[in-house]
Amino acid sequence: MNPEPQERTPQVTGELIANRRVGDYHHLTFAAPGVVERARPGQFVALAVGGDTSANLLRRCFSIYRAEGGTVDVVIAARGPGTRWLTDLSARDEVNIIGPLGRGFPLPAEPVACVLVGGGYGSAPLFWLAATLRQRGCHVEMVLGAATRDRLFGVAEARRCADGLMVTTDDGSEGVPGWVSDVLPAVIDRSSAEIVYGCGPMAMLRSVTEVAAAHGAVAQVAVEESMACGIGVCMTCVMPVTGDDGVTRMVRCCVDGPVFRGDRIRWEAFDHGWCRVPQDAHGAITKSDASGAVTKQGGAQ
Amino acid sequence: MIDMSVDLAGMRLPNPLMTASGCAANGRELHRFFDIAQLGAFVTKTVMADPRSGRGTPRMAETPSGMLNSIGLQGPGIRDFAAGDLVWLESVGARVLVSIAGNTADEYADVAAALCQSPAFDAVVGVEVNISCPNVANRGLVFACDPLSSARVIALVREKVPPDVPIFAKLSPDVTDIVEIAGACVKAGADGLTMINTLLAMVIDTELLRPQVAGVTGGLSGPGIRPVAVRAIWQVRAAMLGGRIPTVPIIGVGGVRTGDDALQLVAAGASAIQVGTATFNDPNAPMRVKRELAAALQARGFARFNDVVGIAHTRLDRKRQ
Repeated sequence: MNPEPQERTPQVTGELIANRRVGDYHHLTFAAPGVVERARPGQFVALAVGGDTSANLLRRCFSIYRAEGGTVDVVIAARGPGTRWLTDLSARDEVNIIGPLGRGFPLPAEPVACVLVGGGYGSAPLFWLAATLRQRGCHVEMVLGAATRDRLFGVAEARRCADGLMVTTDDGSEGVPGWVSDVLPAVIDRSSAEIVYGCGPMAMLRSVTEVAAAHGAVAQVAVEESMACGIGVCMTCVMPVTGDDGVTRMVRCCVDGPVFRGDRIRWEAFDHGWCRVPQDAHGAITKSDASGAVTKQGGAQ
Repeated sequence: MIDMSVDLAGMRLPNPLMTASGCAANGRELHRFFDIAQLGAFVTKTVMADPRSGRGTPRMAETPSGMLNSIGLQGPGIRDFAAGDLVWLESVGARVLVSIAGNTADEYADVAAALCQSPAFDAVVGVEVNISCPNVANRGLVFACDPLSSARVIALVREKVPPDVPIFAKLSPDVTDIVEIAGACVKAGADGLTMINTLLAMVIDTELLRPQVAGVTGGLSGPGIRPVAVRAIWQVRAAMLGGRIPTVPIIGVGGVRTGDDALQLVAAGASAIQVGTATFNDPNAPMRVKRELAAALQARGFARFNDVVGIAHTRLDRKRQ
């Protein structure tokens, strides 16, 4: 029994059309027919790096910044060998692209006010989301924050596509000095927002979730968890999320997310770059198991 | 046209290509990329008796031509698997090689028994026994590192699985003498061997100066370990040819990314090929390797896949004469 064509995930050779430097980031545009047509805000693409014989096997996953007219745009921070390979590409170079992947931002059925919060280049999927929400009659406020001015992404675009904008930087080089969570309460209250969408570092998403809850709004956050495959087979990008049944499971960010209701994420499990399995999680390894497993495990996948 | 069919311990498969356990989840995800019924067999993620959350994160680190993983055997438990995933796999027409494990030898037997009760057991073309698990009853020593522990698990599983369904012992390369372990498993009733599991390895995060994965150590996989797989398959096949251990089919796995890679394992003695970590890079890799392997055989003038299994041993003999 062959999969129905509409159930297939496209894997295509994308041709780079443009590679522009934007602050500390690179904005890449690929011709990627097949990927774009079904994409929704909040979904992502998985890019292979280094060509067919690359020693870097793992795909790099990026939120879709734009998807229109047969092209897909992503924003990349050059941090390691894979992202540097991508940002060093020139027009007409080819990259293997899989997408769209993951579950995008859920959209409200009613035209409610929304606040979109982006940390650093985590803002990338929010402009497209803002346009989609405004088409549905939603009032859209944006809050963009970063450590410094160079690490903000899309401030000018935010002015065009949102009804209101607040900018924060840790060092005060642009906008209000401080964090997005400092200004977010006033923005939610002023706009009577019912939904806060967030994308950025985990610590920011946690505070966005807490602020939203304290001000009567629901948080929908897109997480940045490192992924090896992006398609749900490697089980590396998991985190503890509580389901509708009240049970916490280690769920895959790539296929079950990357967007989750903020209040469903077990934030207390995250600590200094680690995320432990809550003791009450479904199938949590008991202490007697774990003692042997850590030191003696050989090759178990 | 090349005849790619293979008889694997009594199970006739249309071609020798498989997914590798833990690199393909339980089928639905890859079925979005290709029809998994076109594989020789789909190999499921190792399932144990109870549901398991696996370890915390980070769970992986990229390595040169490979990766380190420390998942901790996250899975649904055999009852949900037998009533859910396996039923789905049968519904799409997949031939399934089910990977099982346990914390104790008895748990392996219980998992095998529960698997046989699945309403979809007809889809099962074999059971792969993942013996690279810490033995709780033996101070956490991995079963696969001890011939007696390995043999005990295999014998118990063999008793529970119907005789017409072959069982395969998946061996770890982290042993002094893999031939000894292979021999122990075959004598205990293994109908075949799967070689190799990942290598125990470790990566340090040089920014944080601490182990990069939360489990501290993990399993190394990918093209970087392919020469280890070729060596292990070669040694065990040579022992079979030399009459030191009984002859059974070997399923080769370890770092296969292309048809040429697969051909190395086949020439060393593998009768079937699993594609694992390469699937993370290219979800279509198992099917691509199938095409590339057929083309490579055709280009070398072979008519049957079966004629190439272990062929490198005969070429070496010629050189020596």
